[in-house]
Amino acid sequence: MAQPGWRDAPSPPDFSLLKRLARDQLIYLLEQLPGKKDLFIEGDLMSPLDRIANVTTLKQHEVDKLYKVEHKPIVSTSDQLCFLIRPRVATVKWVSDVVNSDKAAGRFRRYKIIFCPQKFYVCDAVLEEEGVYGDVTTDSWHFYLLPLDEDIISMELPEFFRENFLEGDQRWVETAGNALHLLHSLYGPFSKVFGMGRCAKMAYESWRELQEESEQKSRRADIGTVFLVDRDVDYVTPLCSQVVYEGLVDDIFRIKCGSVEFGPEVTSSDKSVKVMLNSEDKVFSEIRNEHFSNVFSFLSQKARNLQTAYDKRRGMDIQQMKTFVSEELKGLKQEHRLLSLHIGASESIMKKKTKQDFQELLKTEHSLLEGFEVREAIAYIEEHISRQVSMVESLRLLCLLSLTENGLLPKDYRALKSQYLQSYGVEHLLTFANLRQLGVLVEQQPGETLTVMESKVGKLVNDKTAGKLTDAFSSLAKKSNFRALSKKLALVPKSDEEYDLRVPKDMAYIFSGAYVPLSCRLVEQVLERNGWTGLEEVTRMINRHEFAVGAGGGGPEGGEKTDAQRVILVMFLGGCTYSEIAALRFLGRERGLKFIVVTTAITNSGRLLEALLDH
Amino acid sequence: MAFVTATWNPLGEAFYRKTEVYEMGWRLSSGLRDCLVAAAPYGGPIALLKEPQRRSPSARPQLEIYSSSGCSMASFVWKSGVVKHLGWTVSDDLLCIQEDGTVLIYDLFGNFKRHFSMGNEVVQNQVLEAKVFHSPYGTGIAIITGAFRFTLATNIDDLKLRRLPEVPGLQGPPTCWAVLTQDRQSKVLLASGLDLFILDNTACSAVTPPGLSPQVCSIVQMCVSFSYKYLALFTDSGHVWMGSANLKEKLSEVETKVKTPPKQMVWCRRPKSHQPSVVMMWERHLLVAGECKETIQYKQMTCQVLIDRLVYRKLYPLAIEICRYLKTPEYQGVSRVLKHWACCKVQQKEESDEAIARAVSVKLAEAAGISYSEIASKAYECGRTELAIKLLEFEPRSGEQVPLLLKMKRSQLALSKAIESGDTDLVYTVVTYLKNEMNRGDFFMTLRNQPVALSLYRQFCKHQEQDTIKDLFNQDDDHQELGSFYVKASYKEKRLEARLSLLQSAVDEYNKAKNEFAAKATDEEMRLLRFQRRLEEEKGEQLLGLSLQDTLRVLLSVGLNKPAEQLYKDFRVPDKRYWWLKITALADKEDWDELEKFAKSKKSPIGYLPFVEVCVKKHNKSEAKKYISRVTPEQKVKAHLAVGDLEGAAEAAIERRSEAEISMVLSRCLSTTDRGLVDRLNRARSTTAKK
Repeated sequence: MAQPGWRDAPSPPDFSLLKRLARDQLIYLLEQLPGKKDLFIEGDLMSPLDRIANVTTLKQHEVDKLYKVEHKPIVSTSDQLCFLIRPRVATVKWVSDVVNSDKAAGRFRRYKIIFCPQKFYVCDAVLEEEGVYGDVTTDSWHFYLLPLDEDIISMELPEFFRENFLEGDQRWVETAGNALHLLHSLYGPFSKVFGMGRCAKMAYESWRELQEESEQKSRRADIGTVFLVDRDVDYVTPLCSQVVYEGLVDDIFRIKCGSVEFGPEVTSSDKSVKVMLNSEDKVFSEIRNEHFSNVFSFLSQKARNLQTAYDKRRGMDIQQMKTFVSEELKGLKQEHRLLSLHIGASESIMKKKTKQDFQELLKTEHSLLEGFEVREAIAYIEEHISRQVSMVESLRLLCLLSLTENGLLPKDYRALKSQYLQSYGVEHLLTFANLRQLGVLVEQQPGETLTVMESKVGKLVNDKTAGKLTDAFSSLAKKSNFRALSKKLALVPKSDEEYDLRVPKDMAYIFSGAYVPLSCRLVEQVLERNGWTGLEEVTRMINRHEFAVGAGGGGPEGGEKTDAQRVILVMFLGGCTYSEIAALRFLGRERGLKFIVVTTAITNSGRLLEALLDH
Repeated sequence: MAFVTATWNPLGEAFYRKTEVYEMGWRLSSGLRDCLVAAAPYGGPIALLKEPQRRSPSARPQLEIYSSSGCSMASFVWKSGVVKHLGWTVSDDLLCIQEDGTVLIYDLFGNFKRHFSMGNEVVQNQVLEAKVFHSPYGTGIAIITGAFRFTLATNIDDLKLRRLPEVPGLQGPPTCWAVLTQDRQSKVLLASGLDLFILDNTACSAVTPPGLSPQVCSIVQMCVSFSYKYLALFTDSGHVWMGSANLKEKLSEVETKVKTPPKQMVWCRRPKSHQPSVVMMWERHLLVAGECKETIQYKQMTCQVLIDRLVYRKLYPLAIEICRYLKTPEYQGVSRVLKHWACCKVQQKEESDEAIARAVSVKLAEAAGISYSEIASKAYECGRTELAIKLLEFEPRSGEQVPLLLKMKRSQLALSKAIESGDTDLVYTVVTYLKNEMNRGDFFMTLRNQPVALSLYRQFCKHQEQDTIKDLFNQDDDHQELGSFYVKASYKEKRLEARLSLLQSAVDEYNKAKNEFAAKATDEEMRLLRFQRRLEEEKGEQLLGLSLQDTLRVLLSVGLNKPAEQLYKDFRVPDKRYWWLKITALADKEDWDELEKFAKSKKSPIGYLPFVEVCVKKHNKSEAKKYISRVTPEQKVKAHLAVGDLEGAAEAAIERRSEAEISMVLSRCLSTTDRGLVDRLNRARSTTAKK
């Protein structure tokens, strides 16, 4: 629905500055411990660190040997040990053990802990309890944000999701506020902030406080609007099978920190190859947002073009050949290499995903989203469980069922859980407890559904109390109101129309035209309305906590927007998927906007559910 | 017209004159003789202690405080011990250092504020001499005792007494000494005859000023510049040596031809010159020496200090007017003045808590960046806890309220406020505090009412104090969580008996929690474990810890059909599931006869398509075909396709007149080889579509 008069989307601000700042601070911190030192790095910080400073840089600043933190006794012979770690109790305890065992052995060393991105009080408490507080110096490396691509910035904090939403531990909220503050000071001032979710609200408050304390510099904004979204506003979207190329690659090969390792089945050799997946890869950047069904034809077209380019060589004289080799050949070869990798990946995906059972899986998901043939879907899930297709996949379907149906009927709830335990082991009792607490796999409350209850209560008391009661009910049952939301926001397009996936007409294309991601639809709606006005019913169903700051009186805005106003930062607290990013990119192209996605981590159904397991 | 140079006196190449700027308002009958005098810098107040040596109760010394213009601000009889030295702090407080090392602090209106001691050594050996000095770290005090040892405090507001090392061979008092601030440390420079020493925290080092005149036998006077950059030494030979305070560099040396030590020697800047010089004063002479090449940047008295001074004098309205006039940012200006006013206000004992709280809130309502917690702290210090709590309520940043609330032992309130602030570190601080303050029961009870704090504490316990978690749940009667706790613990346990007993505890807890489902599932897990162990012992199969389904699979795959059958019955495994397992296991073993027998044993609850599929999976299409006839019509197309029989699939699809199925078959046909079939299917599709 491109509207006439929309300009092209502005280009994104230069986020490489974030990397430079992080590198400079890291170097400064390393120099605070002069002399040769061994560096111990927390496992999940290794890839992010690699994007900021390579081994040569570290060696230049007198890092002698590099080790991965493995929670085992160490073998270093250095007199100075530096630990680059996340502020986790377990890791701090391990460092304390290292110090204490040195002490017991009568060995003297200097120790420095660098917490990334910040230290928590509890870290000091552990050091103190372990009796090593005075033996180590601590510092914080404020590496909050890692740009993964020109429009994706990750905080690389996958634990944010579980700790915040399941365990109610709000430690990371402040970190999110700090990240926002950093973005604001480099690319702000933001003129509008929208948000939905409790955590979004708290992160906003935390940022605002920092904002009040710091000096206001007037600069021209690069980013005008910010949108904060809690992951728990929409669990349905990340639990759906991804079918756009980038999402599929993530589901199957797991993209880590913007890079993927393709195994022998893709490279058709005996080696694995690591590939950076971003807009600099010209082949990838053209297919990343495409529905998978289009990818193959695109790739083969690309292969034909490449062949034509190679074919130019025929009939060249020596001079022309020389120019060709020096100017074009390298680029062609590079493209060739990437093309063959992506063709390999697509083939591998095809093998896994175009089989009958994947189609049936998608069909089941679509019927859950539409709310049709739910009994058949349940039968499918039962079979899925009893055939032990995949522990996480079965769980994913159970959750989708519960989320879209506002909980399972008591009978189904017990039966499915019990079958699941028989298949995958009784330890998943704990998993179910977690899923229940999070509200993604619950039992339907007998009798009335929430909406019915709500309207009844609404008639009895005034609106304000009704709102409070709704909150109370929702927190009690943590029910989703997917069906009602879906209707209100037209998330499921009418199924009788043909959907041409090559020419997408809305964001639903990322799920084969079956479903518009709720999270992205909310962003779209709020931007369109310049606030929450008219979405009152929707916000009640997503548990409120919505806010809009600096949006003026609400209602659509007139007049031409500046470039900064058309650059919109969407921050997902608790993770977002590549499919959601693809949907926002689509929305941006349609509306002449540029979306920048900031996320606590890139997630997908696998990561999300694995985070909820208890082993 | 008067001769303009008449009032100027020659002083070497320069001239000086004395002009009276204003007349001092005081009347001092006997001048400053026999007085201890202290004047604060930049025209600050002046303190006099008359006849400080008097000790008898009938004749005590008199302490007087004047403004720089000589207006009396306070005057009272000194009733404490013998004062050796007076000095002013950077915030216009008067320090009275007594012989026994006690330091008494008064504000400039002569109100006693507090006192502290300079340590036992000083008490024992008494103060020989004391100096008050200023540095970026605040106001400090240095004392030399009767035992010729130095004690030093760099900042009296954060008192850390340091006893400096002994000076080797020092038998009597040093001839002169001064305090230096170097490398962020306060040091003492002292002269004993010709020897110069620098005393820092750890060592006493001898130093020599470069290029000191050879005639010198003793250094009799010294002074350090305001910035601690320059040093001047006066010697018994009448030389003035000037150089850098680190004694690395000599700037100049002047022979004064006067051998008596000057009464006073100070660094100053000559008018219209940027060169620092030293001014010395004897009874009748004044001498300026120095040709330093460098310039000294004196820190000028800033507006901040000016406003501070007004505030210390309680001239609040004037201070506010000046702030407004100077357009000082509100945070540094008006708000700061108002804060001081409020801190003063809360000390007014005659007014009620309500009245004060109201007055403060009214006056401060509009001011930006006011820290009510600071004002409340002041109220608390004055013993007005209730007022402090009232004032804290005005503090918009809840985090700011926490430290004071803890101090006032309002720990519950502190916890709520910390949570409100969203600062988890602060919450954790309070939790730790509560943990140490309260008994365990009360502590848990408090946490129970504060989920945010509880989850933070749990995170901590998870790694540090496993048992505390259990106690927490116990206290809460949270049987569900206790059950989960035992289940979790059971996975960490290697020995089966211990594992079973943990699971039994879990079952008991789940029962108490009325979670029948979990109780039953856990109970079944125990039965399964026992069953697995028995079979392991009997048959030697590795089973322990496998899920029910995996156990069945292993049993079926090795042909232990009887125990499998028993498990199936005992655990009421759904028929469908059992059939699936059974046929998969048989196909995996390629035991086709047994598979066929099983298919015929009774009607399959999962239909016969799975039979086809498991055979195909093992690439045995001929076996697979045996089952196609028994597949239901709905699944027939799929079955034919599975064995690669396009003809059969086409026939089934056409027979069922299902457009979707016809399309499905079509999608598997190749236009080159299956032309006839494609045509047939297309025809059938168009007739189906017409209907």
